[in-house]
Amino acid sequence: MKKLLLSTALGAVFATGALAQEGEPIRVGILHSLSGTMAISETTLRDVMLMLIEQQNAEGGVLGRPLEPVVVDPASDWPRFAELARELISGQGVSVVFGCWTSVSRKSVLPVFEELNSILFYPVQYEGQESQRNVFYTGAAPNQQAVPAVDYLLENGVERFYLAGTDYVYPRTTNQILEAYLLAQGVAAEDIIVNYTPFGHSDWQTIVSEIRDFGSTGRPAAVVSTINGDANVPFYNELAAQGISAEDIPVIAFSVGEEELAGIDTAPLVGHLAAWNYFMSVDTPENEEFIDAWHAYIGSETRVTNDPMEAHYIGFNMWVEAVEAAGTTDADAVIDALVGVAVPNLTGGISSMGANHHITKPVLIGEIQADGQFEVVWETAGLVLGDEWSDYVAETAPLISDWRAPLSCGNFNTETGTCGGSE
Amino acid sequence: MPFRPLTLIAAFCLAVVLPFLASAQTLEDLIARLPDGNFNDRAAIVAQIAETGDPRAAQVLDALLEGELEQRSADGRFVRVTGSRNNQTATDVLTGEDLGPVARRSTEAVRVNNALRRSIRTALGVLTLMDPDPARRLAAAEAALRSPSPDQVEALAEAMAAEANATIRIAQTRAHAAAVLASDLPLQAKLDAVAVIGEANAQVVQQTLNAYRNAAEPELAAAVGAALAEAESRQRMWSQAQNLWFGLSLGSVLLLAAIGLAITFGVMGVINLAHGELVMLGAYTTYTVQQIIRTNAPEYFGYSLAIAIPLAFLLVGAVGVLIERGIVRHLYGRPLETLLGTWGVSLILQQAVRSIYGPTNREVGTPDWMSGAWQIGELTLTGPRIAIVIFSLAVFFGLLLLMKYSAFGLQMRAVTQNRPMAANLGIRTGYVDALTFGLGAGIAGLAGVALSQIDNVSPNLGQGYIIDSFLVVVFGGVGNLWGTFAAALSLGVANKFLEPWAGAVLGKIVILVFIILFIQKRPRGLFPQRGRAAEG
Repeated sequence: MKKLLLSTALGAVFATGALAQEGEPIRVGILHSLSGTMAISETTLRDVMLMLIEQQNAEGGVLGRPLEPVVVDPASDWPRFAELARELISGQGVSVVFGCWTSVSRKSVLPVFEELNSILFYPVQYEGQESQRNVFYTGAAPNQQAVPAVDYLLENGVERFYLAGTDYVYPRTTNQILEAYLLAQGVAAEDIIVNYTPFGHSDWQTIVSEIRDFGSTGRPAAVVSTINGDANVPFYNELAAQGISAEDIPVIAFSVGEEELAGIDTAPLVGHLAAWNYFMSVDTPENEEFIDAWHAYIGSETRVTNDPMEAHYIGFNMWVEAVEAAGTTDADAVIDALVGVAVPNLTGGISSMGANHHITKPVLIGEIQADGQFEVVWETAGLVLGDEWSDYVAETAPLISDWRAPLSCGNFNTETGTCGGSE
Repeated sequence: MPFRPLTLIAAFCLAVVLPFLASAQTLEDLIARLPDGNFNDRAAIVAQIAETGDPRAAQVLDALLEGELEQRSADGRFVRVTGSRNNQTATDVLTGEDLGPVARRSTEAVRVNNALRRSIRTALGVLTLMDPDPARRLAAAEAALRSPSPDQVEALAEAMAAEANATIRIAQTRAHAAAVLASDLPLQAKLDAVAVIGEANAQVVQQTLNAYRNAAEPELAAAVGAALAEAESRQRMWSQAQNLWFGLSLGSVLLLAAIGLAITFGVMGVINLAHGELVMLGAYTTYTVQQIIRTNAPEYFGYSLAIAIPLAFLLVGAVGVLIERGIVRHLYGRPLETLLGTWGVSLILQQAVRSIYGPTNREVGTPDWMSGAWQIGELTLTGPRIAIVIFSLAVFFGLLLLMKYSAFGLQMRAVTQNRPMAANLGIRTGYVDALTFGLGAGIAGLAGVALSQIDNVSPNLGQGYIIDSFLVVVFGGVGNLWGTFAAALSLGVANKFLEPWAGAVLGKIVILVFIILFIQKRPRGLFPQRGRAAEG
C-alpha cells in the first residue's frame, strides 16, 4: 500500500513531464548483426526484440508512450558496432540499446556508451571480469554457467577434463578460471588438458582421436567445450563418426544451444550436455506462453527459442519496469532504478538486477535429446547472482563491483580499499 | 477352541493375497517407484527391474533408455510416448495397449542421464545376452565389456557357447574375460583373461586393464603391465598410419574445394573470390534435394546424394556461366576489377542464401550406407571420410580425362594457351570461356555436395574454404591440375602430422609461413607450367 502511494506520488511529480511527451515514441535501439558470420546467432535476437516491443506496445507502451524500435546492422564488423552505437545514441536518440553478441563487439561499444551515457543490455553468456556502469549483463557470468557445469561433472565422478575451446578471449578466460577451479578441487594437473583451435575449425579428426585416447584410461573423462559457433557442427559430427558416445566421454558445452543443434542430426549426440540458464524444454506456463508468442510472431512452428532470447526477455522487462519506476527514460535515473528491479524469468523464478549490473539466474544442465531439445538433468537449488570478478583468478579475487551510491565503482579493490582494480 | 470366523477369513485372505502381493512387488511396483528419488535411486530400481525376470522388463527398460517412459498425471499410468512435440501418442508400457494421442504437459517424463543410461544398458545387456536379434546380442556383449560385473561370468560363458556369429562371440569372449578379472576366480583364470583382453584394440585394453595395474597378485600385475605396454606401443606405431589417413582425408577435402578453382583461377586466370560461395550453393542444393525427398518420398533418402551430385553440378555450373557472361567476361585482363567484382558476387550470393534459407545451419543427413566405421588394426576409418576420399579422386581423374581426351578439353586448352590462334582455327572462344568457367563452378558445386556431409551447411560455409583453396592452387602451381593434386594432399598430410605436437592454431601458422617462404623461392609453385603458355 505504501509502495502504491509512493508511486502515485512519484507519478504526480512526473505527470507534467510525461504529459509534455505524451504520444511521442520512446526509441529503442537494436544493435545485432543481420549479415556476416554472426548473423546466424544475432538475427533471432533482433526478431525477439521486435516481438517484445510489439507486445509492449499492445499493452499501451511505456509511460503511456509507444516504443519505436530502431534496427541497425553492424554486419559482424567490430568497429562498425561502435560507429552504429554512436549513430543510435546521438543520431537516432534512442533511450536504450539491446545488442552485441561477441565479447569483442561489446568491448568495442563500451567507450561509446560511457562517453554518451546511455544504456546497453548485453544478452549473451560471457567470460566475466568486467563491470561497466552503462552496461547491464543479462547473460551468464562464468559462475552462472561454467563453474556449476564442472561441479556437475565432478559430482558424477569425472576425474579427467579435456578443455577444448576456440582461440579467443571468452574460451581463454573461461578456461583459465576453470583450470584454477579444478586444481583447487583436487584434480591433478596431468588430468587437465587445454586445447585451442582456430575460428571455424572444420577438421576435427586429430583432436577427436586425441579425446578418445584421453578418455580410454578406464577413469571417467569429460570434455568441457567452449568451441564457438560454426565449428561445433563438424566437431559433433566427428565425435559421432568416431563412435564416441556421451556415455563414454560426455561433452559439456557452453556455446551450444537449441539454435546450434538445429543444424545437426542429434541422434548420435544424445546425452551430451550443455549448461545454460534457460532451455526451450523447460516446462513452465511462462515459457509455454513465450514459445507460443514466438511461433505466432515468426510464423513458424519449427523455430526454437534459446538462452540469449530469454536474456533479452528478462532485460527488456527489467528496463520497462525501471523506466516506469523512474518515470523517465533519462539514462542516469534508469540506471539507478534498474538495480534491484525483479521480473519473472521463463524458468519459473524471479530474476533480479544486482548492484554489479549482473542478474540472478538459475543454472541448468541439460542433456541433448534425439529431437534436438535439452532435458534438464540438474539445476541449482536457487538463483545464482552473476559474479563479475572471478574468485578463482588471483588478480581479480579481491575485486567487487557496486554501482549504487556511495560506492559507485565497478572494480573496487577490497584489499587496498580503492576503486580502480588491481593495478 | 471357539469358532472364530473372522480369523479364518483373515487367514484365507492372507493366503490368497500374499503371493499376489509378492508378485505385484515385481514390475508394476518397481516402475511406480521410478519417478521418485534421484538418478542413483533410479539406477538401483533399474537393476531390480532386470532381476525380476519379468518378460516385460526389457520393453520397460528400452522405453526408459530412449527417454520415452512417461507417467500420466491424471491416473499415474506409465506410458511410452512417441512422436514429435505437437503430435504425441502413448502406448501402455506394460500391456502395449494403444492409448491414442496425448496432450502436451499431461504426462511427466521419467528423466534419465548418462550414468543412468549406462546402468540401463548394462541391465538390458543381461536381459538381451541371448536375444534372437544379433544386433542386440552384440550391444549386450559390448555393454557387459564396458561395465564388467562378476555376476555375469556364467551368463556370458553360456552365451559364448551358444553363439554362432564369430564377431559377436569375440565381443562376448572379451566381456567374459573382463568379468573374470572383476570376479574372485583363481589367478590362472585371470591371467588367461588378461591374454584375451590383450588381443583387443589398444583402447579396450587400456579401458579394461588400467584398473588392475596395481593388482594384489604380482603375477597378475606383471601380466597387466605387459599387456598395457604392448597396447601402448601398438598404438604409437599405428598413430603414424592414423595421421597419414587423417592427412589424406583432409587433403581430399582441400582437393575437392580447390579443384574447381584450379580451373577458373588456374587455367583461366580469373581470381574468383566467389568460389567459396559456389561450393556453398552445392551444399544448399543437397539440402534442398534432401528436403524434397524427406517430405515426398522418404524411402528414397538413400539416393539423395546420387540425385544431388548431377543436380549440383548443373545448377552451380549454370550459375557459373551466368557470372562469367554477366560480369567476369567484361573484366578479362583486369585482375583487380575481377577480384572486386567476384567479391561482390560472393557477398550477394551469401546474403541471398541467408534471405531465402535463413541464417541458421541446415541439417543435411548422411544416408545409412555411408555412416559407420571400419576398424583396421588400431585405425578407425569413418564412412563419410572414405566416401569423400573416393569421391575427390573420382572428380579429379574425371576432370583430368575430360581435359586430356575430350574435344571440349582440347578447345579449352587451346583457348587458354593462345587465344588469337584458337579463334583463327574457328573455336568460339567466348563460348569456351563461359563453359570453362561453368565447369569450374560445377565442380565447386560437387565439392559442396561432399562438404555438406562433414561441415555445417550455412551461408558462411564458403568463407572457410576460399583461402585454403587459393593456397592449394598457388602452392601447386597455377595452371597445373597435378600440381593442385599434389599440393592438396601434401598440405593435408603435413597439417595432420604437425597438429599433434604443434596444436591446431600453431600448425596452421607453420604451414602458412612455409608456403610464403616456398612461394618466395619458387613463385610458380610446385609444378610450374613450362613453355610458351607460361609466358602468357
